Amino acid sequence: MKVKAQISMVLNLDKCIGCHTCSVTCKQTWTNRPGAEYMWFNNVETRPGVGYPKKWEDESHYKGGWKLNRKGKLELRAGSKLNKVSLAKIFYNPDMPNLDDYYEPWTYDYKTLFGKESKHQPVARAKSQITGKPMKLTNGPNWDDDLAGSDRSFGEDPNMQNIEADIKGNFEKTFMMYLPRLCEHCLNAACVASCPSGAMYKRDEDGIVLVDQERCRGWRFCMTGCPYKKVYFNWKTNKAEKCTFCYPRIEEGLPTVCSETCVGRIRYIGVILYDADRVAEACEEPDDTKLYERQLDLFLDPNDPDVIDQALADGVDMETIRSAQRSPIYKMAVEEKIAFPLHPEYRTMPMVWYVPPLSPIMNYFEGKNSIKYPELIFPAIEEMRIPVEYLANLLAGGNTEVIKNALYKLAMMRLYMRAKTSGKDFDPEKLDRVGLTEESATSLYRLLAIAKYDDRFVIPKAKKEKIEHVEDDQGGLGYEECNGCALAPEHGSMLRKAKAGMSSKDIYAESFYGGIWRD
Amino acid sequence: MNDIGAFLLWCVFPYLALGSFIFGTIIRFTWFRGGITAKSSELLEKKQLMIGSILFHVGIIFVFFGHVVGVLIPKAFTDWLGIPNEVYHIGALVMGGLAGFMALAGMLLLTHRRFANKRVFSASSFSDLVVNLSLLIIIILGLTASLVEGPLHPEFNYRLNLSVWARQLFYFRPDFHLMLQVPIVFRIHVICGLLIFAFFPYTRLIHALTLPWQYIFRRPIVYRRKPSIRGDQNR
Repeated sequence: MKVKAQISMVLNLDKCIGCHTCSVTCKQTWTNRPGAEYMWFNNVETRPGVGYPKKWEDESHYKGGWKLNRKGKLELRAGSKLNKVSLAKIFYNPDMPNLDDYYEPWTYDYKTLFGKESKHQPVARAKSQITGKPMKLTNGPNWDDDLAGSDRSFGEDPNMQNIEADIKGNFEKTFMMYLPRLCEHCLNAACVASCPSGAMYKRDEDGIVLVDQERCRGWRFCMTGCPYKKVYFNWKTNKAEKCTFCYPRIEEGLPTVCSETCVGRIRYIGVILYDADRVAEACEEPDDTKLYERQLDLFLDPNDPDVIDQALADGVDMETIRSAQRSPIYKMAVEEKIAFPLHPEYRTMPMVWYVPPLSPIMNYFEGKNSIKYPELIFPAIEEMRIPVEYLANLLAGGNTEVIKNALYKLAMMRLYMRAKTSGKDFDPEKLDRVGLTEESATSLYRLLAIAKYDDRFVIPKAKKEKIEHVEDDQGGLGYEECNGCALAPEHGSMLRKAKAGMSSKDIYAESFYGGIWRD
Repeated sequence: MNDIGAFLLWCVFPYLALGSFIFGTIIRFTWFRGGITAKSSELLEKKQLMIGSILFHVGIIFVFFGHVVGVLIPKAFTDWLGIPNEVYHIGALVMGGLAGFMALAGMLLLTHRRFANKRVFSASSFSDLVVNLSLLIIIILGLTASLVEGPLHPEFNYRLNLSVWARQLFYFRPDFHLMLQVPIVFRIHVICGLLIFAFFPYTRLIHALTLPWQYIFRRPIVYRRKPSIRGDQNR
């Protein structure tokens, strides 16, 4: 057993309203630079839909992730090392997405709005951020936002392949959900395994996958390797970039920007301990529908004394272990089994997990008499607007059983809390049937519905003092021109005024007016 | 051409060019490692790149090894092996010609793509355009030299003068008189080649010097940990 710690995320899709706040704040923080305009480290897709880049889940086209070869061993779907050299893929990567699979980024010609007065209403035309030329917009970020019922989105969503034909075209049975996506920071990351330069790596202490910009040589195999298409190519720097899991924030014990700003409080971040020695073996599970459970098996109980001893021996620090013990991820994924990995069948062991959404079946069991007959949820889940098969294709490699159990649990928890808050009787045996107790149902409710900041985010700080000479680095923020970064020189005029005998009240009155600082 | 001019051109300039190549390569790999990439533009355009890039790269690799053989292996050695001069030349012309035309076709397409495709052109630096044009020019010069000028001067055998001079460069005793016997297009081709070597390390061409050997033996998933500056890890 080799214990490693992994920082991971769970998104409660039941509460995602598709507001794109996560995407926008992420973009403002990380990718509003030349060459990165088209990149969305975090994006929110409307499902069913084509996604971003277009049809990213169609691995027969993009060749992302892993497959089992004839001997049953793991192999990159894009081809082995020998295959890449012999087929001249090093000169041209046939499986790499083109800019049009994402979209050509543009801005507007705002200057025309501020010109001289003219006879006609001035119009700001779209112009490409790459060529600077005017362009006709035919595709863009979230082009199919909220269009889940359309022919295009139904037909082009690879997850719809196994869904019964009658749902596909039947407007009355159309459904919609949101899927926020970011880098999965996989345990068996295909991008890392694809990188010839060794520029991509997992951080040993928290498993965050990063691109070393110094070592990236622009081979682009990571883009093909990643089945989630979450590694991007900066056309200006000619290097790969990806979601960093906001590691500078995580190191300080703060959640990522997307999680911090999520208005629906759907995101949870915590540490999970796993057995690194068994990852390869779990990935080689031949049955796609069992991959989710095999991944679950890798996670270790952070309260088990043997695990703690081994973790300490393997260099996991105590604060990380304590965080793992309080981890909301461990609770949702392992204890309650209500969270699932996105497309486990890619065999990368993704570490951003999702709580499947309940959808309008609720009439069945939130309507009249529902509390009296809670067992109605069992047939009702089958009738859910979002087909269980669709969720299973998305989140469990087609394993509908595990998804159903999670939905039963979520629905039963709602019924229980509804009865409790409205003072009705509720037979606790009903809870037992879905694997809940009164305590666990209440605590799950607190975690999912109340979702306090401190419950959602349990993040250990990086022990930077062990890897950096923090005393020496103090004050050195890296800004060349900021002599020690003290504020005193900036406000020297005030100090001089104080020395000259001016009262602090007068200085204040002189320096501030209307809430604006004036030095 | 007077002797001083010829001396400067064939005995001094090659060392300046090769010196620049070695100096630049060392500088680049020591202090500017981070900037070394092949500057792929595949994201911006894919179809023309597929044909152009594969043709060019495969062609130019064969051309490169052809030059190595032609320049470094003395005529005496092939004579000793018993390969007649005619057979050697026809073989070199056929194989070199094929590889050369592959590289030419690829480079023509790539040049067209670089200048005509709006996205690729906008994302190109001045250096990218220069590299592109100079590669095209040198391929055309090389093909003209061996397929047009060579047959026009049947008495000329580059292995008796050009190659000898090139080998002499390596032991620092080049004789410029040898190059004065060489037809003009060959000479321009050599000068252009040396120029390309001179700016090679300062442009995207540097990518040809990096091969990720460690990938062959490396384990698939790479973990990195910053070295601890204190002994204890577990507190």
